[in-house]
Amino acid sequence: MKNERILFWQSISFSGVFLTSSACAESSQYNLPVGVTDISQQVYDLHMLIFYICCVIAIIVFGVMFYSMFYHRKSRGAVAANFHESTKVEIVWTVIPILILVLMAIPATKTLVAMEDTSQSDLTIKITGSQWKWHYSYFGEDVEFFSLLSTSQEEIEGNEVKGENYLLEVDNPLVLPINRKVRFLMTSDDVIHSWWVPDFAVKKDTIPGFINEAWTKIEEPGIYRGQCAELCGRAHGFMPVVVQALTEENYERWLNDKKLEIAQAKREATASLSASLSLDELMDAGQKIYLDRCAVCHQAEGGGIPGAFPAITGSKIATGDTSSHIDIVVNGRAGTAMQAFANQLTDKEIASVVTYQRNGLGNQVGDLVQASDVNSFKASKEE
Amino acid sequence: MKTSKPESIVEDKVVSAPASDAEIGRMNSTIAIEVDDHDHKPSGITRWLYSTNHKDIGTLYLWFSFIMFLTGGAMAMIIRAELFQPGLQLVEPQFFNQMTTVHGLIMVFGAVMPAFTGLANWMIPMMIGAPDMALPRMNNLSFWILPFAFLILLASLFTEGGGPDFGWTFYAPLSTTYAPDSTALFVFSVHIMGISSIMGAINVIVTIVNMRAPGMTWFKLPMFVWTWLITAFLLIAVMPVLAGAVTMVLTDKYFGTSFFDAAGGGDPVMFQHIFWFFGHPEVYIMILPSFGIISAIIPAFSGKKLFGYHSMVYATCSIALLSFLVWAHHMFTTGMPVFAELFFMYCTMLIAVPTGVKVFNWVATMWRGAMTFETPMLFAIAFIILFTIGGLSGLMLAIVPADFQYHDTYFVVAHFHYVLVSGAVFSIMAAAYYWLPKWTGHMYDHRLSLWHFWCSMISVNLLFFPMHFLGLAGMPRRIPDYAIQFADINQIVSIGGFAFGLSQLIFLWVVIKCIRGGERVGEKPWERADGLEWTVPSPAPHHTFSTPPKLD
Repeated sequence: MKNERILFWQSISFSGVFLTSSACAESSQYNLPVGVTDISQQVYDLHMLIFYICCVIAIIVFGVMFYSMFYHRKSRGAVAANFHESTKVEIVWTVIPILILVLMAIPATKTLVAMEDTSQSDLTIKITGSQWKWHYSYFGEDVEFFSLLSTSQEEIEGNEVKGENYLLEVDNPLVLPINRKVRFLMTSDDVIHSWWVPDFAVKKDTIPGFINEAWTKIEEPGIYRGQCAELCGRAHGFMPVVVQALTEENYERWLNDKKLEIAQAKREATASLSASLSLDELMDAGQKIYLDRCAVCHQAEGGGIPGAFPAITGSKIATGDTSSHIDIVVNGRAGTAMQAFANQLTDKEIASVVTYQRNGLGNQVGDLVQASDVNSFKASKEE
Repeated sequence: MKTSKPESIVEDKVVSAPASDAEIGRMNSTIAIEVDDHDHKPSGITRWLYSTNHKDIGTLYLWFSFIMFLTGGAMAMIIRAELFQPGLQLVEPQFFNQMTTVHGLIMVFGAVMPAFTGLANWMIPMMIGAPDMALPRMNNLSFWILPFAFLILLASLFTEGGGPDFGWTFYAPLSTTYAPDSTALFVFSVHIMGISSIMGAINVIVTIVNMRAPGMTWFKLPMFVWTWLITAFLLIAVMPVLAGAVTMVLTDKYFGTSFFDAAGGGDPVMFQHIFWFFGHPEVYIMILPSFGIISAIIPAFSGKKLFGYHSMVYATCSIALLSFLVWAHHMFTTGMPVFAELFFMYCTMLIAVPTGVKVFNWVATMWRGAMTFETPMLFAIAFIILFTIGGLSGLMLAIVPADFQYHDTYFVVAHFHYVLVSGAVFSIMAAAYYWLPKWTGHMYDHRLSLWHFWCSMISVNLLFFPMHFLGLAGMPRRIPDYAIQFADINQIVSIGGFAFGLSQLIFLWVVIKCIRGGERVGEKPWERADGLEWTVPSPAPHHTFSTPPKLD
């Protein structure tokens, strides 16, 4: 009988789907991570609880359905009954779901209230999203840095073998201590991003002009990876979050090293002001920075994307006077995607990238920009 | 090919309302014209351009929606081809974002909504015993502005800088300060779509309220008419909100306002509140008519009356009302106060209750019926099962702490495709198979339709079910490239996607074949179906119920 065959395959395919789903739910690779915080554990338990409740509901509803599809079909000689209304039954299947929902809502409410309690934190980190990088600032420590994707363009384009942490690796991970309540203050410089680390069960939007709060208390040292979760433009898929959790002693050591490193970088920046670099030196350094920071919009060849991002090649600014060129790199341009690089790059780096843009990418202005030029430009603006 | 049966056959089958002498006179002259000039409609292209006939306009809507379905589907194929393996192979990230955006806009506003309007046009007058829609000229206008809206939207893809690339939800400031130059085209096309929807909705409401046949009381209305009436009110309530949102985007981008710019005293999150105040009822706009279709088909092939008709009506009303109270569940990660998060969580969970009632009523309708499994029934049963899966994952998404993990991942993509593709789209397929004999006068090719059903059924699950696991494993949505641990599942999903896309070509074949010929059917090809539409000949003549039928 054709209908019986259809029904047979229908039930086979559905039991298949459900068996696969529960099998996959058990293996952690295709399920939510349990994570490394008390909250992430609670969220995982909540997730599994609702999942199993949903499975039970599905099995009951579909079970009844398939039962009547087998036994109440015309080809078996079934004769249709005549009932079509029962207030009693309607009340039953309104009230029972409400009770189930109340049971689900209680643990959900408890966990939610705990998740939103950012009080009594030991440490505060300000996270600023921008297209397409994260900036981390340690409150009260004078330590801050940017965190950018470190996967190479070659890997993305398939010219090199993709590494183990393809698209989930950065140059400077956020370093945090374990066993301390870390409060995050989140904001954005341009569009809305969303900072997400699944192992902490923390996902919060970073919104320009507003500050959001979240917190975590990591229980195990390790490296935890996540991604930007809110569509934020062209390189939204290339904006990973990497957190390195250290024991408290190691964290203190790291913090001290980082401070020394920052002080050293400041000294070098000051020294670079008196240095005069050759065109080749500036061009080499500039090219690297251009590819890392500028090429995502203006493109590696400098052609830009017409209608979205202007070209560097032949542009009025890159071939005009140096001060307006330095100005746009240092201060960005309000109301456009061009961001300010004053705090992202050193004077020397800005000098080299400006020189590269003026003398590479098909431009041949011929002038050199030195770190001191950038510095004096900044100084003149401050007056 | 159109009806050769004179109108008088209709009169035989339907008990005519007692008519005055004048009306009888008019009726006779109508019959005379019918006999003399068949359907009395213009020929060639003008038939379609100038049409004020609800059936012709319904046909236009349905074909338009199918063309848009294939267009939006082609974009989905591009997305799935790029995601077939990790790395960037085929398209630029910018273009990828345009594809996800325009795919969403086309499927929502171009495929699903016009398909429902087409079904409403065709079926509502016939179901309530009305001769046509109440406002036939507006009906013509509301269809004919639609192709222009989508031409503008599609044309924007070819402008410098490309089309909209900020997601169909167009969150500010990505859609304002950081948007491509073509954003104005996007805004205008959404305006036109909105105007079209509002006109369609007004027409539906006026028709149902004023043009029911004598004796067609509110609680005799078929569920499809009820659900469309409620949908139409939702449309009128929220389409102006969408128009407001796009207008503010327009002025923020081009005229220096700061509705969504904190630097000027605005608030980017306000955009999301406004958008989702439209967007959530919109979700129900795309599913309530499905409920109506399923409520027509399940009883017809179970041989029983719909179980709990009254509670179905009340459940639909309460879903519609609750849909205005849950919008912020799309925004749990934006940092709302705990109180607001709890409020929206509880309301969202509550909406599961009337939705559950509907599913239980359908199952109870099947219970102890005498079921047969023609293609419309297969799609309807698939709808109930797959929509329920989508509903259950929706319940999981309502739980705020868990939503923090699911939000903006493929888990969400899986969820809304279950309710929109294997939900709304499957119900439209079910409706098409159910009413094709009425529209064309021919039975569709049974074997081909089974191929279409089973190919769609298997591929849609291959396409969307594994997406749940991708999301849980941590893959964000709207990314053109992904970490290598997601590679295997993405490959399966892409294969499912191509298979689902190709399966829809079978549907096209079935429909064309059915229009061109096939086994002729009488006025009631489904012996146990119920409703006034089965009292007119098949194919339904150009004019039906020129004289209202009389109901007991």
